[in-house]
Amino acid sequence: MKKLQERKFYKPLVDLLTQVGEIASFAWRFFKLIFKRKFEFSEFLRQCYYIGYKSLGLVGITALIIGLVITIQSRPTLVEFGAEAWLPKMVSVSLIREIVPVITALICAGKIGSSIGAELGSMKVTEQIDAMEVSGTNPFKYLVVTRVLAATLMIPILTVLADTISLYGAYLGTNIRGVVSWNLFWNQVFDTLVYADIVPSLIKTYFFGFAIGVIGCYKGYNSEKGTEGVGLSANSAVVLSSLLVFILDLIAVQITDLLGYT
Amino acid sequence: MEKTEATSKFSNTFQKDSVIQIRNVYKSFGENEVLKNLNFDLYSGENVVVLGKSGSGKSVLIKCIIGLITPDEGTINVLGHDILNLEDSEMDTMRAKIGFLFQSNALYDSMTVRENLIFPLRRHKTEITKEEVNELVMEALTNVGLAETINMMPIELSGGMRKRIALARTLILKPEIILYDEPTTGLDPITGKEISHLMLEIQDKYNTSSIIISHDINCVKIVANRIVMLIDGTCYAEGTYNELIKSSDKKVKQFFE
Repeated sequence: MKKLQERKFYKPLVDLLTQVGEIASFAWRFFKLIFKRKFEFSEFLRQCYYIGYKSLGLVGITALIIGLVITIQSRPTLVEFGAEAWLPKMVSVSLIREIVPVITALICAGKIGSSIGAELGSMKVTEQIDAMEVSGTNPFKYLVVTRVLAATLMIPILTVLADTISLYGAYLGTNIRGVVSWNLFWNQVFDTLVYADIVPSLIKTYFFGFAIGVIGCYKGYNSEKGTEGVGLSANSAVVLSSLLVFILDLIAVQITDLLGYT
Repeated sequence: MEKTEATSKFSNTFQKDSVIQIRNVYKSFGENEVLKNLNFDLYSGENVVVLGKSGSGKSVLIKCIIGLITPDEGTINVLGHDILNLEDSEMDTMRAKIGFLFQSNALYDSMTVRENLIFPLRRHKTEITKEEVNELVMEALTNVGLAETINMMPIELSGGMRKRIALARTLILKPEIILYDEPTTGLDPITGKEISHLMLEIQDKYNTSSIIISHDINCVKIVANRIVMLIDGTCYAEGTYNELIKSSDKKVKQFFE
């Protein structure tokens, strides 16, 4: 009886560690296959189009709104301290270093993670992945390598675009209650931002992209229980990749702090 | 002995060369022993139907042959090669010689009919020109009577049409062996009969050898040169349709009642 209770107690921990191990082995398989010929270039381009171009609208609108909202919300506090002139500086650092990369990654975790999870999940339950294998194609290489690579490369590009758009939003937000000229705003932004703000935040987005791609593919590729499993795969891909984005962000902040880029 | 359409055709073209040899194959999933000491041969040019209850290991058997599942023990020899000891690249070459028709058709949803058919071609026949690819696609589609669907998406097709397209995709590499996983399941009796006759036409035209997993007695009657009954993970009985239908064995009789 005691053994049974112990087993129950340890089961979630064992399950968690098993899943971590499986994801690590899945990611390792990606690295093993990425350099193996022949690379599925046309599928990779197709995925870049879906992950990058098709997410541009959503990411762009969100970035514009975030830029606007953060500026409008920050203004009263700065006014209270008589530091209204610091608004472009403060907002640009917050947006570029932290808010935009994380928000972009979370949007992509929702949009891309769920779409990859559901697509591969439904391919798994309808035997399309088996059909690929039978036709002499390595399905991992065709489906997983291309998607993970596309997510890893497209999310940083989306983040750079979102950074730019969010700064336009900040400019609009600054001018809703006050008057700051176009030149003054951008001069303040570029005077404030240094490489230590931009480079680490850009590097971490590669990791966000990789994590979103790997988790989406892992959940979809290992989908079970028929159509119910497809929904579960999509859902757990979003939950796990969003959580991983925060964990990676925390690690990235600690590393940049240790390296003195703060 | 009365002969069915398939047995009479087969008796004229019968060649006693074994294209698939399965010896002492075991496969378990956890505690569940699915295949137990299975021995089985497929001879050149014949259609063998594997009959058995759900969960008796029929699909596992053909998935072992194509290398989607690895047996726990035993040997599987296909066209003179022990498939369990093949390298990945050798296995891919072997797979070009074996067609597999999935129960769910497994057509790629995101691709048109043309793209579905081109997919295996691009992998196995890299040296052929665009014109030759188009010719092969049209030939495969014409063989199944659906040339007009070339630019349609799988979702736009009926169940029977999807089955035919899946068959066209299987045929495009002109395989020597075809494995059919319940080819008439989910189809109405008329379409099921059409698919069964199509399978016979393919056997005639391409001189293929086939293993057909089926529960559909009408299909079995049309296509089977020989029937193997899989019960409790092993070959329980085998013979022609007319031999088995006259069997006095209870377990065999159950299937034909």
